[in-house]
Amino acid sequence: MHPSKPWRSVRLQRFPISFRVDQRVTGVLAILIGVASLALVVNVSRGEYPVPLWAVVKTIFGLPTTSDYAFVVNTLRLPRALIALLVGMGLATAGTILQGLTRNPLAAPGIIGINSGASLVAVAFIVLWPGLPVGWLPLAAFVGALLAAIAIYLLAWNQGSSPVRLILVGVGLTALTGACTTLMITFGNIYDVSQALVWLTGSVYGRSWANFWPLLPWMLLFLPLALILARDLDTLNLGDGLAQGLGNRVEWTRSLLLLCTAALSGSAVATAGTIGFVGLMAPHLARQLVGPSHAGLIPVAALTGACIVELADLVGRLLFAPIELPCGIITAVIGAPYFLWLLYRNA
Amino acid sequence: MQSSSLSDARSPLLLGLGLVAGSGLLLGSLLLGILLGAADIDATTVWQAIFQFDGSTEHLIIRTVRLPRALLAVVVGAALAVAGTITQGLTRNPLAAPDILGINVGASLAMVLAIFLGSDSRNYVWFAFGGAAIAAVTVYWLGSTGRQGLTPLKLVIAGAALTALLHSLTTAVLLLSQQTLEEIRFWLAGSLAGQELADLWPVLPYIALGLAGSLALGRQLTLMSLGEDVAQGLGLQTAGVKIAAAVVVVLLAGSAVALAGPIGFVGLVVPHIIRIGVGMDYRWILPYAMLVGGILLSVADIAARLVIRPQELPVGIMTALIGAPFFIYLARSRIKR
Repeated sequence: MHPSKPWRSVRLQRFPISFRVDQRVTGVLAILIGVASLALVVNVSRGEYPVPLWAVVKTIFGLPTTSDYAFVVNTLRLPRALIALLVGMGLATAGTILQGLTRNPLAAPGIIGINSGASLVAVAFIVLWPGLPVGWLPLAAFVGALLAAIAIYLLAWNQGSSPVRLILVGVGLTALTGACTTLMITFGNIYDVSQALVWLTGSVYGRSWANFWPLLPWMLLFLPLALILARDLDTLNLGDGLAQGLGNRVEWTRSLLLLCTAALSGSAVATAGTIGFVGLMAPHLARQLVGPSHAGLIPVAALTGACIVELADLVGRLLFAPIELPCGIITAVIGAPYFLWLLYRNA
Repeated sequence: MQSSSLSDARSPLLLGLGLVAGSGLLLGSLLLGILLGAADIDATTVWQAIFQFDGSTEHLIIRTVRLPRALLAVVVGAALAVAGTITQGLTRNPLAAPDILGINVGASLAMVLAIFLGSDSRNYVWFAFGGAAIAAVTVYWLGSTGRQGLTPLKLVIAGAALTALLHSLTTAVLLLSQQTLEEIRFWLAGSLAGQELADLWPVLPYIALGLAGSLALGRQLTLMSLGEDVAQGLGLQTAGVKIAAAVVVVLLAGSAVALAGPIGFVGLVVPHIIRIGVGMDYRWILPYAMLVGGILLSVADIAARLVIRPQELPVGIMTALIGAPFFIYLARSRIKR
């Protein structure tokens, strides 16, 4: 009698590729996709001008409805809701990689300074060149994230980068970039400053297709790359010595993974500001769902992150309607107690 | 064992002379702070403004702008430095300081709430104490839960996360009220500008109390810095010392934030500067911390006023620009693992 296996091997006949599919992961992914789609549809349907759920679905799939619905859904609300999904995926994947990389369950792009590097450059743009088109903002924030990631890596790279030092250097870097951001806020025109503040807290408010399209390529490129690197991340998790013994070029892999983190969190921050604690929460929730192997963890964490941001945006819009709370505040309010609990449980 | 640490200690005469010299430097930086500024005012006029006040514009500038500001720099610098020194000694953690651990952000969130709720400005300092106390208890609890007890890394990470949370809550409050933002944004960066002597007096007793309390705790803190087990073995009631020291830290950090906003890194940097020359005895370290903290913040404030004259930087940004690289350096050199 064969014991039932929790996973199934897939071998392609034509290409020299084989991989394992964890059946539990497939199930969890299906459920998460369902939750994310439902959250998206509900988020699009609610608002000052309510649209029935069914009409939302029909409009999204291009079936004929009234032109009012089409305008409200396609032009006003859908890009925002889609951006929330993508941003959540990006932040969550970046967080998952970072936690694997540092072997520290409490690391997140927000904590080690990558997000604040992105914010600094973006706020500098908002305050110093208020006339500049919004299209430039994503690029600026990405450059900031990349510089911060490189700085962290170089500064923490001292006879092989150590997980603990990586985090502490990140904390220092967060403080430094934070000071520079405060400098911008102190001297900016008050109107630009409150613009920058909304953006800094993390919000998908007022995002349109013009924000969506620049974000998409980053996600399409770096989410699959993260998936490919998942196995190396597993090996790294065994410790540098063992990973080297298994034939892993440790520093090279680590650089590539760090680049991935910077690209994902940078482009996410560029689009929606610093939505905190998503990169921290999503990997943990995902680990509880499917275990620590990164091949399953990364996609599950990405979808979990998408659900978190989408739901946070929904709650932020409904809680004090018509005043909108940025979803970054909602995630911080949920994420902080979660962080406390993690610290208590892990210690 | 004991003898080796004793032979390491500097002679009391030398340390005493150092204190006198430090006081001289502090006085010097105080005078320099009064002398230098946007308007050129010569030393004789400064002297006359203080001792033979005649009501002219120069004299008014000296008395209402420069003098309060220079005094504030000294007082706030001393308070922050002592708070940082105690935190580092108590947690045996070279990276600990009230701002790194989120205590300053706690105080400033409470202040922002106080302004948002339209509280009487006389109560601000109590809000600051409350915020600092809650943040301190939270971060200590977070850092010391679990099997390993209080580890430096856990404490710093808990502090960073707490800072992130409190910061985002502060932003939420500021978003809800543009007026609060306008009123507070310069203060929020950590600034000594625009304060009057009248603002200093109500808070001064608490700072004095905190500084005196820290001096009284010198011997106990020296024992605590040897490790909690050693201190207990030598007959110290460690729980009592911890609570007393925490109260002192909250008093000092809360008052400093109430006066000048969350000025970072003074509390982190000063103890390291002192340890180079003074050794491990907190009975000497603490008075030195007051002097060096006062000097450091005075000089930072003078620099903040002069670099982009006639405009000026908030001094908190100045200290962060110097202190954050120092923190990174510490993390690189002290954490070997």
